[in-house]
Amino acid sequence: MSGNRSIRITGSLLLTVAIVALVGPWASPYDYATTNLENILAAPSLRDMHLFGTDDLGRDLFVRTMLGIRVTLLVAIVASLVSLVIGVTYGALAGFVGGRVDAAMMRLVDTLYALPFIFFVILLMVAFERNFLLIFVAIGAINWLDMARIVRGQTLSLREREFVEAARLTGVSTLRIVFRHIAPNLVGIVVVYVTLTIPQAILVESFLSYLGLGVQEPQTSLGALVDAGVKHMEGAPWVLLVPASLLALTLLCFNFLGDGLRDLFDARHTS
Amino acid sequence: MLRYTLLRILGAIPTLLLVIALAFLMVHAAPGGPFDDERVLPADIEANIQAHYHLDEPLPQQFLRYLSGLLRGDLGPSYRYHGRSVGSLIGEAFPYSLQLGAMAMALALVIGIGAGTAAALRQGTVFDKVVMGFAMTGISIPVFVIAPALVLLLAVKLQWLPAGWSGVTGMSRYVLPVTTLALPQIAYIARLTRASMMDVLSRDFIRTAYAQGLGTATVVRVHAMKPAMLPVLSYMGPAIAAILTGSVVVEQIFAIPGLGESFVRGALNRDYTLVLGIVVFYASLIVFLNLLVDILYGAIDPRVRYR
Repeated sequence: MSGNRSIRITGSLLLTVAIVALVGPWASPYDYATTNLENILAAPSLRDMHLFGTDDLGRDLFVRTMLGIRVTLLVAIVASLVSLVIGVTYGALAGFVGGRVDAAMMRLVDTLYALPFIFFVILLMVAFERNFLLIFVAIGAINWLDMARIVRGQTLSLREREFVEAARLTGVSTLRIVFRHIAPNLVGIVVVYVTLTIPQAILVESFLSYLGLGVQEPQTSLGALVDAGVKHMEGAPWVLLVPASLLALTLLCFNFLGDGLRDLFDARHTS
Repeated sequence: MLRYTLLRILGAIPTLLLVIALAFLMVHAAPGGPFDDERVLPADIEANIQAHYHLDEPLPQQFLRYLSGLLRGDLGPSYRYHGRSVGSLIGEAFPYSLQLGAMAMALALVIGIGAGTAAALRQGTVFDKVVMGFAMTGISIPVFVIAPALVLLLAVKLQWLPAGWSGVTGMSRYVLPVTTLALPQIAYIARLTRASMMDVLSRDFIRTAYAQGLGTATVVRVHAMKPAMLPVLSYMGPAIAAILTGSVVVEQIFAIPGLGESFVRGALNRDYTLVLGIVVFYASLIVFLNLLVDILYGAIDPRVRYR
C-alpha cells in the first residue's frame, strides 16, 4: 500500500493540529480560564469569535480545546519518552546479557502484559497529590512493554555482530557496549515504536482525565473536555463533539503514521 | 502436558503475590490515612479507630494479616460502608461486570474473527480495505468517545434504545454498553486474525490442501483456522484486561452498578480497602484466566510445551 502517502498525509495533519493548538489561542480574544456566566453553552459562531462556542461556565471552547490538545500531546510525548527510556534499557539489557537472565526478564514482561495496569494508575492518582510529573511517570511506566520486546529482539541479533565482538574483546564494559554500540543501532526501530506508543499514552491520559483523575481545572486536556461535554451533550452537542472528534482524529493520525513508518522501516512487518 | 500445566500454575503464584504486594504497598504508602479528611477526631478515638483496623501494627504484620485473610477469602471491611465487607460489595457488583464482559468478548470474537478471515481471503480488495479502515478507527477511538456518541445518536436523537440502566429492564439495556465495550476488541481481533490468516494461507500445507482439490471453505475451516487462531488466543489475556478497563468507563456512562463503577467510586471516596480489594480481585481473575489461556495454548500447540 502507498505507505509514503499515508505518512505524508497523517504527518502533515498532525503538524497542522499541533501548530494551530500552539498559535490559535493567541489569535483569540479569550483565555482558557475566564468565565462568563452570562454566555454559557453558546453555540459556535463567528460573530463573537467563539469558534467552538462556550462551555458550561461561559469559557471559550476554542481556546480550551487548543489548550487541551497541547496538554494531551505534551503528556503523551513525555510519557512516551519515559517508556522509551525504560523499554530500551530493559530490552537492550535482556537481549545483550541473554541466557537465563534474558528468559527471566522476558517472562516478567509476559506476566506484566496481562496485568490491569490502569487500575494501579488510578490507585496512584487517588492516593498521591496529583501533578504532571506523576502523570508522566505513571503513564510512561505502563507503556514500555512493547518497546522492551522489540528492542530485545533487535539486540539479540545485533550482539552477534563483529563490532560488538570487537568492543567486548577490547574490554569495554557491558553497560557501555549497550549504550554506545547497541543503542545507536536501535534508533530507527525505536522511533517507529515511539510513534505507536504516543497514541496509547494519549488514550491513558484521556481515560484518566475523563474519570476526573488527570490534569486539574482550570487546566484541561482532551479527555477532560470530553468528560465535560458528556454532561451537556443533550442540549449542547458541540461541547462533546468538538473535543471528541479532535481526540479521535489525533489518535487515528498517530496510529496510521506509526503503521506507515513501521511498514517502511521494520523489515519483518512488510508483507 | 501435566508437567507443563503444573509449571504454569507454579509460575502464576509469584505473579499473584507480586501484584498483591504492589497494590498493598501503594495503598499504604499513600500520604494521609483513610480517615484524615473528615473532621479532626480526639487523639484517643483516632487511636481506637487505628487499632480497630489494625493500622497501628507494623506494615509487614498488616500485610501478613491481609494475606491470611485473602487465603480465607476475606478481603477485609470497607472503610466507607460501615458494617459491609469488601467481599460482599464485590459480590454484589461483579455479576453485572461479568455479564457485560462475557457478552462483549463473545461478540468481539465472533465478529472479529469473521471479519478478519473474510478480509484475509479478499486481500487487497475494496472489502479488505473497508474492514481494515473500520478496524483502525475502532482501535483509535476510545470507549469514552464511542459511548457518548452512540448514546447521543441512538438514544437521545433516534430514541431506539435506552440511554442508561436506571429504571430500565429487559435486554435492550444491554445493547449499547455491550456494543461499546466490544468495538475496540472487534477491531483488534479482526486485524490480528487477518494478519495471521494471511500468514497461514501462504504456507505449503495450505497449497497442498488446495492441490488436493479442496474448496476454500474447507481449507479455511479444516486446515487454516486452528494455526491462525494461535495469536488470537494469546491476545485473550490483554483483551480481558482491556475489557475490564473499558468496563470502568462503560459502567459510568450507562449507570450500571458493576465493579468498575464501584472501583471509581471507591477511589474517589478514598475507600482504600475496597479499592485494594477490587485490584486484587481483578488481578487474580486476570492471572487465572491467563493461566487458562496458557494451558489451552499448550494443549493446542504441542511446540509450546517443550520450550
